[in-house]
This record gives sequence, C-alpha cells and structure tokens, in this order.
Amino acid sequence: MASTGTADAHSEEVGVASEDGVRRRDFIEIAAVSAAGVGGLACLLPLVSQMAPSADVLAESSTELDISALEEGQSIKAVFRKQPVFVRHLTPAEIEAADAVDVGSLRDPQTLQERTEDGHHNILVVMGVCTHLGCVPLGAAEGENKGEFGGYFCPCHGSHYDTAARIRKGPAPKNLEVPTYEFTTDTTIVIG
Amino acid sequence: MSFPWAKNYEPVNPVMKFMDEKLPLPRLVYNAVGAGYPVPRNLSYFWNFGILAGFCLVLQIVTGVVLAMHYAANSGIAFNSVEHIMRDVNWGWMLRYMHANGASFFFLVIYIHIFRGFFYSSYKAPREMIWLLGVVIFLLTMATAFMGYVLPWGQMSFWGAKVITGLFSAIPLVGEPIQIWLLGGFAPDNAALNRFFSLHFMLPFVILGVVILHIWALHIPGSSNPTGVEVKQESDTVPFHPYYTAKDGFGLGVFLLIYFAFVFFFPNTLGHPDNYIEANPLSTPAHIVPEWYFYPFYAILRAFTFDFIIEAKLWGVLAMFSSILVWFFLPWLDKSPVRSGHYRPMFRKFFWFGLIPCMAVLFYCGGAPAEEPYVMISQIATAYYFLHFLVILPIISSIERPEPLPFSITEAVLGSDDSAVIEPAAKAAE
Amino acid sequence: MIRLVGILVGLGFTFVVLLTFLVGAYTAATEPAAETAEHAFHLTPKEDVHFSFEGPVGHWDIAQLQRGYKVYKEVCSACHSLKQVAFRNLADLGYSEAQVKAEAAAWRVPGIDPNTGEATTRPGLPTDAFPSPYPNSVAAAAANNNAIPPDLSLMTKARHEGSHYVYSLLTGYQEPSAELAERFPESLPGPGLHHNPYFANLNLAMAPPLTTEGQVTYDDGTVATVDQMSQDVAAFLTWTAEPKLVKRKQTGWPVLGFLLFATILAWFAKKSVWANAKRRED
Ligand code: HEM
Ligand code: FES
Repeated sequence: MASTGTADAHSEEVGVASEDGVRRRDFIEIAAVSAAGVGGLACLLPLVSQMAPSADVLAESSTELDISALEEGQSIKAVFRKQPVFVRHLTPAEIEAADAVDVGSLRDPQTLQERTEDGHHNILVVMGVCTHLGCVPLGAAEGENKGEFGGYFCPCHGSHYDTAARIRKGPAPKNLEVPTYEFTTDTTIVIG
Repeated sequence: MSFPWAKNYEPVNPVMKFMDEKLPLPRLVYNAVGAGYPVPRNLSYFWNFGILAGFCLVLQIVTGVVLAMHYAANSGIAFNSVEHIMRDVNWGWMLRYMHANGASFFFLVIYIHIFRGFFYSSYKAPREMIWLLGVVIFLLTMATAFMGYVLPWGQMSFWGAKVITGLFSAIPLVGEPIQIWLLGGFAPDNAALNRFFSLHFMLPFVILGVVILHIWALHIPGSSNPTGVEVKQESDTVPFHPYYTAKDGFGLGVFLLIYFAFVFFFPNTLGHPDNYIEANPLSTPAHIVPEWYFYPFYAILRAFTFDFIIEAKLWGVLAMFSSILVWFFLPWLDKSPVRSGHYRPMFRKFFWFGLIPCMAVLFYCGGAPAEEPYVMISQIATAYYFLHFLVILPIISSIERPEPLPFSITEAVLGSDDSAVIEPAAKAAE
Repeated sequence: MIRLVGILVGLGFTFVVLLTFLVGAYTAATEPAAETAEHAFHLTPKEDVHFSFEGPVGHWDIAQLQRGYKVYKEVCSACHSLKQVAFRNLADLGYSEAQVKAEAAAWRVPGIDPNTGEATTRPGLPTDAFPSPYPNSVAAAAANNNAIPPDLSLMTKARHEGSHYVYSLLTGYQEPSAELAERFPESLPGPGLHHNPYFANLNLAMAPPLTTEGQVTYDDGTVATVDQMSQDVAAFLTWTAEPKLVKRKQTGWPVLGFLLFATILAWFAKKSVWANAKRRED
C-alpha cells in the first residue's frame, strides 16, 4: 500500500546493485544466465526437428510397375512418394527427334541416352513434377497438350519439355527429374 | 509501479529511446517484472509459484501448438494419430510426454499457489480482484485440461467425456437436452471430439489473457508477503530484478528437474493405463477416474449418494461446483484484519489440522474405487470442507485474537526498524 | 450478509452429506458389502522377473526381443493384431533392411487385385503394419466365442506394470483353488473360460497359449521353456508399446545433468544477488 510519511526519511539504498566497476560475483551471474540461454537454445532442437518428415514418411517405399501392356507412344502415370511419375514408351520418331537436338544448346544439357537405362532407351521414366514450381505437366494422358516439342507441357507458367522430357522453353530451369529405378525383369520396373 | 520510490525507466540507447516514445513495451516490462517493480524483500519460496504457473502455461501452449501439427481430431483416427506422434514424429514422444505431464505439473503448481493464498489470506483487501481472477484462471484451466484429456481418444478420454458431460444431465428438466447439445450427439463421438479440440486449442489463449489481467491487478497494490504487513517504506522492498528474477530462476531450475525426471523416467505414472486402450463405446473400464488433479472434486461429487428432497446426483453436482465457487466469496467470508496465518493461532490450527488433512483425504478418496470405506471417509472430509470455508472461517475471523504483528517488513527481516521507534502509533493502526 | 448466507449454505451441505454418511453407515452395518471373488483372489503381477529395459539405465536385450517376436509370430499372431507396429520397425530389433523386407513379404496383408480391384491379400511391404488375423471385429468375435482378442501393440502400457502383467498372465493359468470353488462357485470358469488369478475377473476366454517347452524353436539356441517364452514375448510387447523407451531414458540423463548444473549455478547466482541486499543492510 501507499507508504507512510516516514518512508522518505529512511529510504536506504536497499538492493541497488553497486556501480563500482568490476564485481567479483559477476562471473557466477553471467554463467547462470548463459546456462539458461544454452538450455533455451537446446529446446529449439526438438521444436524445429518435429516439423521435418516423420519416420513413416521417410520410410523408403518402392513402387513396382508392370509395363508389359504399355504400347509404343503410350504413357502411364504412377505414384512415387506421393508424387506422380510418368513412364513413356517412346516411338522411333520421338527418339529421333530427341537425338536430333544439339545437346550444347540445351538449358540443362543431357542426352536421351543419359536419361534412360541401357537396353531400354525407349522407356523414359521421369517425375511428373515441373522443375519450375512443381505443377504436374500435361502430356502423359491421351489427348493432353504435349507442348511445342511433343513431350510435356506445364500449363502453370508455360514450360515446354521435349520428347526426352528436357526443358526447351519457358521458366523451368531443369529437365524433368529421372528418379532412381531399375528393371527387375524386361517388363517390370521398381522405382526407389 | 505503485510505490513512490520505484525506479523509473530511463532508456539510454537511442533504439530503446525510440521504442519508449512510440511503443513503451520495454517500459512496461521494466515496471512489471524488472527493476521498476518494488517487491517485499521477505517473500518466501511459496511466492515462486505464480511465475512457475505462468511458465507452465507457456510450456503447454508451446508443446500443444506443436502437437496440434500432428494430431488429428477425428474419432476414427485420433488414437492412432497420438501413437503416430509417439512413434514416428521426430521427438514426438518427448513433446507429448511434456504436454501430458506438463498438465499435471501445471496443476501441482496452481494448487500450491492457491494454498499459499489460503494460508496467507492473499485474497483479502486490497487484493480481492487478483484472487477472483485467479479462481477464474483455475476454472478455465480445469476446463482446458478436461477437454485435452479427451483428445487422445482412449478409454478414459471417452468415458471421462461421457461422465463429465453427464454432470449437466443432473439439472432438472433441461439437463438431458443440455448434455446432448454439449456432445452434439447422444454419446461422445466425432462432433464432441472436434469441438473439444477447438476449445482446447483456444482456451489457453483466453487463460493467457486472464493471466495478464491477474498480473495487472497484482501491480496495483503490489505483492503481499509472509508477514501480511503491508509495505510501508523503501527499506521494505527490493526491486524485482535482479532479486526475484534470480530467485525465480533458481526455483524454475528445481521445478524443471522434478518435471523432467517425470517426463523421462515416469512419464505414465500420473496417467492411467486404460487411456492406452482405444475408446470403446460398448465397454466401460472397471474403475473410471479422472486425472489426479480432479480427485478432490470427484470425491465430493461421489460423496452424495442419498436422495434428500432433490436427487443425490444433483446434490453431488451442486456440491462439486460449489466447492470451487466458495473460493470466490473468501474475501468476504474471512473478515480477520490480519492476513498471514503466522499470526493467527486458531486459523493456523484449522489450516494445518483441518483443511490440509481434509484435502489429502479428498485427493486419496477421489482416486479410490467407489466402495466403502472410501465413500464414508470422503463424506466426512466433504462435510469438513464446507464447514471450513463457510462456517469455521467466518466464525474464527471474528472471535480469534491475533498474535502481535511486526511493525514492518524491515523489522520482520532485520529484527528492528528505526521508523518503528519514531512512529509507534503506526503499529497500533496496523 | 455474505457470511450469513455462507454459513447457512455451509451448514446445509454439511447436513446433507452427514445424513448421507449416516444412511451409508447404517447400511454398511446392517448389510455388510459382500466380499467378491476378484477382491479375494485377484493377484497383482509377479515381481520375480527382471527385464533388461527396467530401471534408470535400462536397455533392450536385442536377442530377447527377436525371440519374443518369434513367439508373437508363431503363437499370438494367430489371434492378435499389432496394428501400431510396421514391419519397418523391426529394424530396431537388429534386422537388416533385406531381412526386414523378407520378413514383411512372409506376411500376407490386405490388398486389391490390380486387374479386377477385388479385395485380396498380397505379401507385406516394410511400410505395412502387422495385419489383423481377422477381416473385422465381427469375424474376430465369431471366431472366438464372442470375446474379441485385443490388439497387442499397447498392451503393456494399457495395464499396470504391463510387462510383468503379460508375463504373469501367460504363466499364471491354474486350476481354481478349492477355497475359491467353495466360497465363490459362480466364479469358477464357465464353458470356454480359463481360470487365471492375474486376469481382472479371474476368468479368461483365451486358452493357455504357451503350454509346452519347445513350442517355438529359438534360433539362438535358448531353451524355449514356457517361462522363457513368456518373458520374451512380454519383452517384445514392451518394445511394441513403447519403441522409444530406451531412447527416452538415454535422453533423460543428459537433460537432468544439464539442469542440475544450471540449477546449482542459479543457486549461487541467487545467493550472490541477494548478498547485495544483505550487505547494504549491515
Ligand atoms: C492450459 C493449458 C493446457 C493444458 C492444461 C492442457 C492439457 C492437456 C491434457 C491433459 C492433454 C491430454 C494428455 C494425454 O494424456 O495425452 C492434452 C492433450 C492435447 N493438447 Fe493440451 N493443454 C493445454 C494447452 C494446449 C494448447 C495451447 C494446445 C494447442 C494449441 C494443446 C493441444 C493439445 C493436443 C493436440 C493434445 C492431444 C495430443 C495428446 O494427447 O498428447 N494443448 N492437453
Ligand atoms: S510450375 Fe510448371 S511452369 Fe511453373
């Protein structure tokens, strides 16, 4: 409550830290405050890492595909890690068109050979994720717009990919990504 | 804030000067928990529990927001989503145990804080508003914890939701429609779970708001102290910072040691095994109890088993709610001019040999099965509980002869105070 | 005024609750509550086994978990699911990635026929959870005399002293005592039930699952006594219930150590701060 009148006369300097330069006890106080800081920082570790993918999301799941029914000129969409994968059985014309390009002129120089497996250069497996900002390009399903280069076309901001799924025009910086996969038989591929 | 000798905030750094002119937030902090807040110099460790309760609230909000990033409030998958947190989310097991045990420790701290208030009569003038807001915080926290316990959707969650909403069905005529309305169905299910999650997420922020009011109200008269004698002069106080920041820092360390010992080594000791069984609307666990912090009130609820004029069920519900509501009236029930129990011989005896054992018994019986002798014991304790607050306190506050009080806090601490000699009349006035 | 009303309300509640007490006391005196069979014969879990994961520095006994897994697979899984656990989690038990894949593939999990879309089963993948032996709870009840075998993932956390409980239950089947038969004939196991003092109501629908030595052939040469198998499966189910148990304790020590250090510092810091106040007074 409000002080009585006597207070002013007796105002001692209780508890006012002495300003006289170095205090011997400073060290322990700084150490204690630093320890609190270290503890606080340590708390950030779980709080930050809980937002990273959890164990079930990370658990590598492989996708197995049977492509025996995939005719020349057709594509199928599969799912790998919750994202689309395009598998296209290239026609000789498409292969020729891809090989005809001067690799040096490409934004992301790669040959069709490099982007397919030996012995299966007519099977093109790419992630269906535009390298610009992640939309799913068109061209894998029957009747979809394949873009100016006959491969894939991303309608979001107009990226055109050629028959080897290489970026040819538009804002995307890279070719559509080829995931790791292998042929376990002539007609079975395992992605991941 | 309130004392003329409180230090004034004087920013030196130009950034701080700019801040102080445009938005005096640093000044607010300085005056609230900084060097600008003079506090009685004789506070005991019981005065640490307010800060600790605030810390627990922040702890619950931080861990809760994080859990909510992974939790799914859908009765089909809620249980599994909690297990997903425990097994797959990075550090999820720790965050969840921190939140679950955090609730328990929150209540432990609040109970000590409240009982500190009982013993030192912190509810008395001029601190009535602080006390009233405190009781509101307690009620809101109870509601929050109850709804949180429903979220994991185990057997205890489900049956807890059913039983507690069932309390409302005791209200004559409108009771049952109210229960159905609360649940959004005839039994707890998705509708209830979703609204409980929504409220459980929101209420802590309401609590935070009330906590700010509570502290605001506290800064008007300033803190009380173990002697109950009000601050008279500067020598009675020390600035909050660094004195009480240092003391609270140490208290927080001790608190965290005990809390984390539970989190890491006994994380399920305060919980109930049945809550690791997914909710099953067709089978009630043999022995259903709420979380331990509700035991005393649960014991009072179960103490009424006999229809007298109105149904026993309604008596139980009335008594349970009244047992907390009486706290609202304490400032006007206890009229003794002396605050601290240290100087009140009769009050002190009833506190230590009446109220404390009574609460201990209620805690014990609330967790015990509804069988004899527990029911009969809790009936005696319930009777004492109401007598204590509503009958004994008012009566002893008029008949008791308090022991002599120290002239001032300074005298209590140092054994003498010069101003006591100068103006002995002040002593009589106190 | 408030005090007057308060006293009246207080006396009111006190009167009613004491009345209730008297009625209760009268009832208790005239008709003492009947003793129940559960009260008289239920036993708390045996304390005579020690598991490696117990205590403040507990650790998993990997060989034991592998044995326990085998018991689960060959015996318990006929009736009980483990739906919170995925095959990939078996990596914790010391199996390599290839072993986990092979192990998963040995189980059939629900799937759909890729050509017709009809429900069928397929070999498990590491990401699949252990399948339930029954398509749904109705089938589970029908196959088990109406008693649905519970999921075991969290069993050891869903009972007091769960690890010991599972062990005690599995080794606790016995003939009801003559005393029980005499005092509580209605608590003798009915048809399809089995007496077990560790089970809450003494009568368990599950027939003793582990009955003969060597029922499971352990790969590590441990003799598969009933007691051994029971311990091993109890340990395995402790892991399924809390796979992070050991990590939790291992994280706990450094955290507590740091806090102890910080708290001691805080104590000295507090003393040093308060020394100022005391000194100014002297
Ligand atoms: C006053 C503060 C709070 C209290 C007393 C409290 C209490 C509780 C309790 C007792 C549980 C059940 C614990 C269990 O056995 O699993 C729980 C669960 C939960 N709470 Fe809170 N809580 C608070 C604040 C919050 C906040 C602010 C949020 C979100 C913003 C939150 C989100 C959750 C979630 C998602 C769960 C379910 C997950 C789980 O069961 O572990 N809580 N809470
Ligand atoms: S995302 Fe495909 S062009 Fe922008």
